[in-house]
Amino acid sequence: MMKTKTVSLAIGALLASTAIAAAADCEDIRIGAAISLTGKYATNGVHTQNGYEFAIKKIAENGGVKMGDKCYNFKVTYYDDESKGDRAATLAERLINQDKVQYMLGPYSSGMTKAIAPVTEKYKIPMIEAEGASRSLFNKGYKYLFAVLSTSEQYLASAVALAEEKAKEAGKTAADVKVAIAVENDPFSLDIRAGVMEDSKKAGMKVVIDEKLPRDLSDMTAILTKVKLLKPDLLVVSGHSKGAATAVRQIGEQKIAAPMIAMTHCEAADVTGNFGASANDILCSTQWAETLTYEDPIFGTAANYETEFKAAYPEYAKKKVPYQTAQASAAIYVYKDAFERAGSLDKEKVRDAIAATDMKTFYGGIKFSDAGNNIAKPMVLRQIQDGKYNVVAPSAFASHKVNYPRKPGS
Amino acid sequence: MDQILGNIDLLIQFPVVNLKIIIDGIMIGALFALAAYGLALVWGVMNVKNLAQGDFVIGGGYVSWWLATTYGLHPLLGVPVAFVVMWGIGWLTYKLVISRVIERDLFTSLLATFGLAIMYAQIMNLLFGSDTQSLVLDVSALGLQNNYYFADGLIDLPAAKVIGVILAAILATGVILFMKRSRMGQAIRATAQDARAARVLGIDTEKVYAFTFSLNSAICGAAGAIIVMVWVIQPFYGITYSVRAFVIVTAAGLGNLPGVIAAGLGIGAAEQYGSHIFGIGYQQAIAVMLLLAVLVYRLLQQRRNRQVLQ
Repeated sequence: MMKTKTVSLAIGALLASTAIAAAADCEDIRIGAAISLTGKYATNGVHTQNGYEFAIKKIAENGGVKMGDKCYNFKVTYYDDESKGDRAATLAERLINQDKVQYMLGPYSSGMTKAIAPVTEKYKIPMIEAEGASRSLFNKGYKYLFAVLSTSEQYLASAVALAEEKAKEAGKTAADVKVAIAVENDPFSLDIRAGVMEDSKKAGMKVVIDEKLPRDLSDMTAILTKVKLLKPDLLVVSGHSKGAATAVRQIGEQKIAAPMIAMTHCEAADVTGNFGASANDILCSTQWAETLTYEDPIFGTAANYETEFKAAYPEYAKKKVPYQTAQASAAIYVYKDAFERAGSLDKEKVRDAIAATDMKTFYGGIKFSDAGNNIAKPMVLRQIQDGKYNVVAPSAFASHKVNYPRKPGS
Repeated sequence: MDQILGNIDLLIQFPVVNLKIIIDGIMIGALFALAAYGLALVWGVMNVKNLAQGDFVIGGGYVSWWLATTYGLHPLLGVPVAFVVMWGIGWLTYKLVISRVIERDLFTSLLATFGLAIMYAQIMNLLFGSDTQSLVLDVSALGLQNNYYFADGLIDLPAAKVIGVILAAILATGVILFMKRSRMGQAIRATAQDARAARVLGIDTEKVYAFTFSLNSAICGAAGAIIVMVWVIQPFYGITYSVRAFVIVTAAGLGNLPGVIAAGLGIGAAEQYGSHIFGIGYQQAIAVMLLLAVLVYRLLQQRRNRQVLQ
């Protein structure tokens, strides 16, 4: 018995080593990426790069990209765009013209993606991006741009549905629901506003506050005072991490008692760590959460992705793996799938294969519309319950019940 | 338009909101006034328009934040520590850069401080990362509440903001007294009036300049250490404070140090009123409009004076 176990172990090891050996013998597929490694987007830029690299390693360990009897590994040429759009566009030109890359990965943020997309489009280079959510990216008729993430107008739209649901439970109608919106004056946040506006209009809700936060916002007491006076049922805030941090701090200070508060960038601003109880019962939108029941053969479950990623990058051990990382890995996975289905390195064939993608991944379903955005994955809403982020909507993936009305922490 | 009328209506319906807006405005204005005070000093004494003003503020915030998160320093102690550390950084900056441009024309010093602003922001970004940071001041150990509420909770006074205003007031009084009473303060004022005459009378203007610039940097640092308890900081948020400081100093008029404090408080309150009535997006527009009004008024006043002269 012992012997057979040893033998099977040995065979297992041998098989594994041949698989690795095979992956090591694979040729390279070179991909280009301009990414923010310095400048104001540096934190998320690095999250993105780590996500790319982790997926590349994982795919190589699983035998690489198989096409016929050949196999390939991804190799990415990175440049630092310094969080500047014009620099990103120049670097994209350089990657395509000098480094002769045939495929591109996206940068971090909608702004950078907006700067690069016209370049990749001009040279007909397919680009899969994972960090540009603005819907303005998908109404320009781009043919070579694909995004694995949900577009930004969906970020907080599910909060509107949730508010409607709660109103009906209380025997009221959607028309009784008052909505307050405070978003930053930038393309991403304005998309979020548009999504919330559209959905609340459709449901017949009343928007009582609709304010745009300045970029150099330092204080939002003026808006919160109005919230106190007008008593909306749903307060929506989006202003990147500065907006989230300012809002949570002042919501706590001013004891804002709106029954439902939804915002973006809670994790980035670390509102639970910084402001503790003030953040209680606030709803936060996310592209992905490790508690979701998504799964695929390479990365396993979403939870498994989190565990393995933390093992590979110990600096994340104490925090949550950000969704920016997960979606970056998903972008690489889409490339692998597309190359294998195309069975060719021809960029046009690869582009068509990407467009035809329809797969389930640890990050969620991925299927592109004609415009290039992912239509198979919903946005997720988590609620901060006792300092933990618990998924509460959409109900199909919810692990916890939503606390309504919100109880402000003491 | 409806929204504006609705907002004005709210002010009339709930008169106590007016009081809240003024209190909020003064608390905000006090912090802007601190940064502006330092700028007025440097501008008046050295004729250097320091575009890195806001970055000194953020720098002070990071000093306090870093000590609090790594060594558990109490955020209140962060204020004097940031004052001292930023004094040192200010002195270094003066010796390395400012002393070389001080005698040159306006454009050179503007360019130099603009470059400094970019460099400081980037250094902070590399050192501390680009995430927003803040500190929570917990004063319950001192037997105080963290928040005080009045008028059915409509007016709130967070302890952090109140302490911030008190610290700002202490700092400002200290600086004013120092300028009036101390030898160095007299030397600074003499240099501001006429640097050449001051030199003739044996004042080491080089030392005065170095001292003034370091003092400015230290005041900014202390302001930043207060701001990190009240709002949030990020390496690239310095520009907000630079712009506000310029608006306040210009509105107050050069050489008018008490005026700077009054203008700071006034602009704080005006911004709060403006953002209540027109929407928070117009907050800074209000400040700049106010500046424009003051400048136009001054121009008219000066024209009258000139006519007298003719």
